[in-house]
Amino acid sequence: MPIAITSRDNALTIALSGEIDHHGAREMMTQLTDAIAERLPTRLVLDLSGVTFMDSSGIAVLLRALRQMEHIGGSLRVTAIPAQARRVLDAAGVGRLITLE
Amino acid sequence: MKAIDQVSITFTSRSANEGFARAAAACFAAQLDPTLDEVADIKTAVSEAVTNAIVHAYPDCLGKIVLRLRLLDGGMLEIQVKDSGVGIPDVDQARTPLFTTGGEERSGMGFTIMESFMDGLRVRSQPGRGTTVTMRKRLAPRAGGPR
Repeated sequence: MPIAITSRDNALTIALSGEIDHHGAREMMTQLTDAIAERLPTRLVLDLSGVTFMDSSGIAVLLRALRQMEHIGGSLRVTAIPAQARRVLDAAGVGRLITLE
Repeated sequence: MKAIDQVSITFTSRSANEGFARAAAACFAAQLDPTLDEVADIKTAVSEAVTNAIVHAYPDCLGKIVLRLRLLDGGMLEIQVKDSGVGIPDVDQARTPLFTTGGEERSGMGFTIMESFMDGLRVRSQPGRGTTVTMRKRLAPRAGGPR
């Protein structure tokens, strides 16, 4: 599952792409967890512009990133959310937990 | 309700088939000339139901999953996902938002999303016998389109 990482100061931007379903979520979660643990950013931005499909497996990925960022005292924002992923996040009320832009 | 068209697809409970199942459902629904939003809703709901079967119905082995798609009168699409797995001991509990037995990799929002994206959802399960999830969605008539 492709993720692209850019880092500046203490901010980390990770662009997720492709289809985020149960089949691909585990590997994406591992890559995400490792990237955060390695760089310990104070701010994490997850850019979803390249995501072509997402189901509730993607919610688990985002919640995992949120818990990890909370654990290290950092913040999480999710940006450039495609319409289909936005509908999934809205249906699950994820906006109450995570800043969605 | 009379079925105008119907297909059934049987596949193994491998996670690689999640993408296949939702693409198959989207292709079947294409004859109703759905909007992009409707296609997205169908793919998402199928993905949730099939993932549930893969993760929960056959926790320690591979099994069969049957995806049945039916086109009913009045532009109604019926999607059924049936497994012969372990079953759900408490369906009401399983449908509760955030409830999951799948650990950190699952969000517990699968049924909530199916309910949200479909017009109707029925879950029948017998422990030791399997689970059948049936969803219906009425696709809005398009201006000038045959439905």
